Amino acid sequence: MRGYACPQTMSDLSIPPIVVEDVHKRFDIPREKVSTLKERAIHPLRRSATDTLRALRGVSFAVNAGEFFGIVGRNGSGKSTLLKCMAGIYATDSGSIYVNGRMSTFIELGVGFNPDLPARDNALLNATMLGLSPREARRRFDSVIDFAELKDFVDLKLKNYSSGMLVRLAFAVMIHVDADILLIDEVLAVGDAAFQQKCYDEFERIRASHATVLLVTHDMSAVQRFCDRALLLEHGRPVELGDPESVGGRYLELNFSQQAREAEEAASVAEDNQDSPRAHATVETSGAGAGENSSTGEADVPERRYGDGRAEIIEAWFEDENGARAEMLRTGLQCGFAARVRFNAQVENPLFGINVQNSHRDHLLSASNLWSDPRVGTFGPGDEVTFRVRFQNVLAPDRYHVTPAVAGHGGGWIDRRERMLSVVVSGTHGTDALLDLPYEVVIERGERQPPHAELVR
Amino acid sequence: MSAPATPQARQPLENGARAGAPALGRPIKGPSALGSDPKRLWQLTWMLATTEFKLAFFGSALGYLWQLMRPLLLFGVIYAVISSVIGKLASVPFYPTALLLGIVLFNFYGESSGGGVASLINRENLVRKIQFPRLAVPLAIVLTALFNLVLNLVPVFIFLLAEGGRPRLSWLELPLLMAMLACFVTGLAMLLSVAYVRYRDVKPIWEVVLQMTFYASPIFYPITRVHSTTILGVHVNLAHVLMANPFVAVLQQARHALFGPGHPTAASAIGGGAMILIPIAILLVTLIVGFIAFDRAAPRVAEQL
Repeated sequence: MRGYACPQTMSDLSIPPIVVEDVHKRFDIPREKVSTLKERAIHPLRRSATDTLRALRGVSFAVNAGEFFGIVGRNGSGKSTLLKCMAGIYATDSGSIYVNGRMSTFIELGVGFNPDLPARDNALLNATMLGLSPREARRRFDSVIDFAELKDFVDLKLKNYSSGMLVRLAFAVMIHVDADILLIDEVLAVGDAAFQQKCYDEFERIRASHATVLLVTHDMSAVQRFCDRALLLEHGRPVELGDPESVGGRYLELNFSQQAREAEEAASVAEDNQDSPRAHATVETSGAGAGENSSTGEADVPERRYGDGRAEIIEAWFEDENGARAEMLRTGLQCGFAARVRFNAQVENPLFGINVQNSHRDHLLSASNLWSDPRVGTFGPGDEVTFRVRFQNVLAPDRYHVTPAVAGHGGGWIDRRERMLSVVVSGTHGTDALLDLPYEVVIERGERQPPHAELVR
Repeated sequence: MSAPATPQARQPLENGARAGAPALGRPIKGPSALGSDPKRLWQLTWMLATTEFKLAFFGSALGYLWQLMRPLLLFGVIYAVISSVIGKLASVPFYPTALLLGIVLFNFYGESSGGGVASLINRENLVRKIQFPRLAVPLAIVLTALFNLVLNLVPVFIFLLAEGGRPRLSWLELPLLMAMLACFVTGLAMLLSVAYVRYRDVKPIWEVVLQMTFYASPIFYPITRVHSTTILGVHVNLAHVLMANPFVAVLQQARHALFGPGHPTAASAIGGGAMILIPIAILLVTLIVGFIAFDRAAPRVAEQL
């Protein structure tokens, strides 16, 4: 891989390339968006009201030399702010950031590109902005253009470039800047699929070159594809630091699970002591009207319920592999659904069942005791039953809704509560399949090689 | 120092503390006006200014011609109207060239201060996306205007020679005077650019101020024709007041240097010796206040855009 100096050429290898220590950053956002001198003249003493947004609250971590390090978080979690603090674009309020080696920031491809100038001027301008001296930029210009394969279009104005050519030029400049440490923002990977693929191809190459890279993204698949380690931020606080698998799992949990989000929220609110209006603003109300259950995710849709009332489903919940109540299930593990039913009248051999739908309302599981154990006996008024459905969770990551029902032996609903509750299934292998069935991939070579290499997921 | 999140982080910190050797890289301090490397500030300023200049040149069909025509067109209108309304002005030595010089210098003054106002906002994509010495942004505006000024001074000298002016030793004052004017507008550009980030009515206000400055400067009239007057019962020597503007002082001195004794020196136009210190003091204060304001705002300007 050309373009990179050997990492840490000028610096001591024992010093970590990036150390971040307890960094705090807050933004004061004025309530009135536009302020004018006129207002100031009319109300010279009035302090303009501001909201405080605590974007980073005590972030610490260190990146090892040659590591591809991911910073993940949902929108507004502070990840881009962190990147800008590291890049020196924002000043931190407290805490320190130490950088060992030459650093370059790529928050946007082709910063300073001007559509009215030819590629030559833009490449020189961009390279200078990114930290090269103009002389150095001119010296490397030919190599940049070769790399971008744009030799015939050097004097074409940028506004006449196709988007693909633009990316090639911007990336070519970027990797000729000779940084030991690259800070890359996810915005690089926006755009159409082809553009993204191009960006990812470049990431792959950068990764192979052993530069130290920090990638800020909310795309877990990119993290799992490229990163050695990752840091998960939520409300400006580090939540998890470790291998991409575990961070990815936690991220999905935060993304989908109301429970986890509220726990985070509560923690941050408690710590802030009402310091952050933003935190309050993002507290989402938990689902009401879903009986004894907590959130359904679609709380405002009234639940449809059918039945003659001879029995009632009074409570339902999911259980994890240990049988504990859970709002989040992980793909691949044993899990279960349970519901408590109270009888109001005598019922003979009732049927208990559930129906599981994913977010597209595909039915993925219908389970009942019809085929397994139809003769459960007779229940009288006041009797309570808990019925469980245990199953191996092969569901793909998504939110699932469950409709539990009790029916009479000969037919007819006794109590059916449509989409009574929902659960989030998280997993780290994002695919577009409905199910995540256990599988193994076997690759067999022809002769001369050991018969098979196995990839078991 | 709070505990870092990872064992990887903790280790080097402790080692460093024990050995007493720096175990960390250089600290990142966030953005500043000047940055740590003056050479880089200059390179970026130069790069931005030349790019802007190129755009003005190659951006429009007329390019260089248009750059020259603008002051000349204004000159044509003012000269035709003024000389027909107030014929007496023709008696001012080198009046046409003096008028053109006034227009050209005012152009520079307006272009750099007016361009400076919105400079940080216009360069938002740079300021928010990369770390660089923030001062490069307003400095580049002044530098671009300076390139244009040099271009526009060419017809001034052509006029002067055509009118029968001959080179004098005092022409050498000109670079110094231009440098002084550049310092003044740099101070203004720094001050106005950060003010505009906070107060969005600075731009229209400054446009009005510029227009007022145009008429309150001896551009199309000589300072010698400005008489004392009584405003609200107070006797005011208007010429002396106008001369307090550093722009006017530079303009007047430049005329004296180019055209000779027919135009008084700035010092005599303001009423003698020590009085010339007033525009010089205003110039220095503007430069210093402008820098302090910019330097204080620079670390946070990226978040306020």
